[in-house]
Amino acid sequence: MNTPLLAFNENGIYCAQANVYLDPWKPVDHAIISHGHADHSRWGHKKYITHHSNVPIIKHRLGDIEVAGKEWNETFTINEVTFSFHPAGHIIGSSQIRVEYKGEIWVFTGDYKTEDDGVAVPYEVVKCHTFITECTFGLPAFKWLPQQQVISEINEWWQGNKEDGRTSILFGYSLGKAQRLLKHLDPSIGKIFTHGAIENMTEVLRPQLSFPETTRVTRETKKDELKGNIVLAPPSAHGTPWIRKMVPYVTASASGWMTFRGARRRRAIDKGFVMSDHCDWQGLLSSIKATGCEKVICTHGYTDIFSRYLGEQGYDARTEETQYEGEMGDLEATVERVDDLVPDEEKAGSINSIKSKK
Amino acid sequence: MRDFAELIRTLDSTNKTSLKVEALTDYFKVAQDRDKVWAIAILSHRRPPRPVNTTLLRTWASQLANIPLWLFEESYHIVGDLAETIALVIPVSEANSEKTLTQFLEEMIDLKTRTDEEKKEYLFENWKLLNYYERFVFSKLITGSFRIGVSQKLMTRALSKATGIEEDILAYKLMGNWDPERITFTQLVLEENEEDYLSKPYPFYLAYAIEGEVESLGDVREWTAEHKWDGIRSQVIIRNNELFVWSRGEELVTDKYPEFEAFVKAIPNGTVLDGEILPYIEEEIGTFNDLQTRIGRKTVSKALLKKTPVILKAYDILEWEAKDIRVLAYAERRKILEKLYSEVSAEMAGDDFPLHLSETISFQNWDEVAAERDRAREERSEGLMLKRLDSPYLVGRKKGDWWKWKVAPLTIDAVLTYAMRGHGRRTNLFTDYTFGLWDEEKKELVTFAKAYSGLTDAEFRKVDAWIKKNTLERFGPVRSVVPHHVFEIAFEGVAESKRHKSGVATRFPRILRWRQDKKIEDANTLEDLKGLIQ
Repeated sequence: MNTPLLAFNENGIYCAQANVYLDPWKPVDHAIISHGHADHSRWGHKKYITHHSNVPIIKHRLGDIEVAGKEWNETFTINEVTFSFHPAGHIIGSSQIRVEYKGEIWVFTGDYKTEDDGVAVPYEVVKCHTFITECTFGLPAFKWLPQQQVISEINEWWQGNKEDGRTSILFGYSLGKAQRLLKHLDPSIGKIFTHGAIENMTEVLRPQLSFPETTRVTRETKKDELKGNIVLAPPSAHGTPWIRKMVPYVTASASGWMTFRGARRRRAIDKGFVMSDHCDWQGLLSSIKATGCEKVICTHGYTDIFSRYLGEQGYDARTEETQYEGEMGDLEATVERVDDLVPDEEKAGSINSIKSKK
Repeated sequence: MRDFAELIRTLDSTNKTSLKVEALTDYFKVAQDRDKVWAIAILSHRRPPRPVNTTLLRTWASQLANIPLWLFEESYHIVGDLAETIALVIPVSEANSEKTLTQFLEEMIDLKTRTDEEKKEYLFENWKLLNYYERFVFSKLITGSFRIGVSQKLMTRALSKATGIEEDILAYKLMGNWDPERITFTQLVLEENEEDYLSKPYPFYLAYAIEGEVESLGDVREWTAEHKWDGIRSQVIIRNNELFVWSRGEELVTDKYPEFEAFVKAIPNGTVLDGEILPYIEEEIGTFNDLQTRIGRKTVSKALLKKTPVILKAYDILEWEAKDIRVLAYAERRKILEKLYSEVSAEMAGDDFPLHLSETISFQNWDEVAAERDRAREERSEGLMLKRLDSPYLVGRKKGDWWKWKVAPLTIDAVLTYAMRGHGRRTNLFTDYTFGLWDEEKKELVTFAKAYSGLTDAEFRKVDAWIKKNTLERFGPVRSVVPHHVFEIAFEGVAESKRHKSGVATRFPRILRWRQDKKIEDANTLEDLKGLIQ
């Protein structure tokens, strides 16, 4: 076959046969979108197709766009190419995109994780020939503990801070991590407050999901109201005047990057909880194996290292350059501006990378 | 070991100094005496010698983790800490080890004498038995310096809280040579024992850099100034007809400076001098680069002694006639020092006696002080030290009585050429940079310096992101990048050097600012840099 079913060009991942793009980074006519994070669902496409759970998220972010929502496993065909969405377990609505043409099957993961987090529909294995995978945490140093264990640690931490008369500030990005934390915080310990960016996104999601009650932190919120309670905030709120009124407070971050002692110290955060919405090393390897694929294309994360390892394991593996990386596109862009909608996890990583030199 | 690992976990769970001190204090209150001695030793950088070299450690850790060695190495470059990498890649263990910190350290000391096969067996057994934090601490003890974000000062403060002994007294007790294998907690911390003090240095008094206007120090007549010498800060002890030379890093360096043996005959017992070791070549103070040829050597050859002799430029006296005189006013101590110096130099006249006096300079007004500072490079100094005349000799870095007032650094505009990931707080970020200057024809960039500091966290993040997108080639952990960004590099001095490809060595290079307004054609040439050599 001469033209691959999916190719990487300057706009995104392109299916020439159907003339559509998957998670394009430049404005195109037809975009099939994996999930609602800003680096995957960008502004400016004429038509969006995505899983229906993502529709309110993307509309909330991008305003009045033309978007069609699909069910899981619902197939739709464009010029003989069959597409369908399958749960990726990354955040609510996050999907793998299955693409089939004349018996050849490709799967694009978007972002994914293998563990059921109680919020997103859990990841499902989709058999394919070619697997386009992220590898944000594609290093053997990353090994997640079961969610229940981390959640217990977080609730114990909150309880301990409450006993010391401090406010707990827990950082997690506004779409995904914040709701995952919210879902599992123990409201019997105290009240759950939210930063505006998180509150807004949670409001959008409440019709689809059940969450404990939250209270938005506003100008009028008094210091005494916060004491002993927990505040969920996006990472960008750290070190801003916004958190000063919460003194005395203790900070923590829930992210896969908290694996590294240095990453926590660099952010001057008190406590790091290792909790990610991406696969860890074993998660990546086991998913790839389960798909039964022969070819693997690594998009973002430790791509070169990960694909080299896959090559040694007998896969036909390579890396492709993409722009799934948040603020990196423009050197002048401020990190803070996009923090609310792009997971810190992807920004902090070794993002992309030169193409493999094969 | 569990309680020590738990302590490290607690220290890792807070960014607040007060809570760190509290955790350490709690540890010192409950830990066994033997473990306390080892904890003090480790946190004051007195770990036993490394029993296994890091190549073997990496090989074995990758074997136990069942990953190829290259993948372990790549992970190490990203994690930025060998012990942490080992602790992360080895499969999670639910097992538990009942051994104490002391047992582990004794085993590690013993391990040094074992065969490789025995070493491997020992490591595998323990790596498998320990949980993540224990394994991290265990590996950290084996791999090297135990830097975990707790300074010796913090440890001393906690020990003081736990024992009720004053911090300054503890700092003194913990100085110098003591052997954690043999000393007891009582001997080290609780007892007074005169004999132990023969070689013991006093804690150094360190100055902060002056902030704001020098006039804010008040009446110039209450102050004296001397040049700030660029050598090795040292304490020279003459007691019981023996010489002890200590560097500021609390390293005993007596053997490296045989010149100073001459002090034993000339200077009375019970004397401790504070000063700077400087190269002194043909009646002139040399550069730090000259001194570097002496620092690394364990034994000093006659040829080197002749080529790069050193002197002690003394500026203070801490002990005189076997009495601790640190409480005396600086002016009083200087009187004693100057009298000693004039007597000794009269006696030793013409013998190239390696004791020099760092002259104090008095002034009528601050403008005169500023003018003297401007002359610093002529004097081969880094600037001035300002000391209050009535100040006692304090312990550690304290504000108020002593200030350093350095000359403005030399600067040059250079191009970022290579980058490496950082360590510690800079884990996984490209923060260690190599810079190049143009050759004469402005055709090629010649590497001249590396620098790791000087940008804000936000700037480092931006440069890191840019590097990841603009990598040309990878050489292991090093990436060459598109020549694009110009940085102003500051340094304290520049000298010719045969060891550097560029032919010049800069002293303490660091990034002053990111010149986003400049193009790479605007960067300086190597010739420009050579022009700054005095």
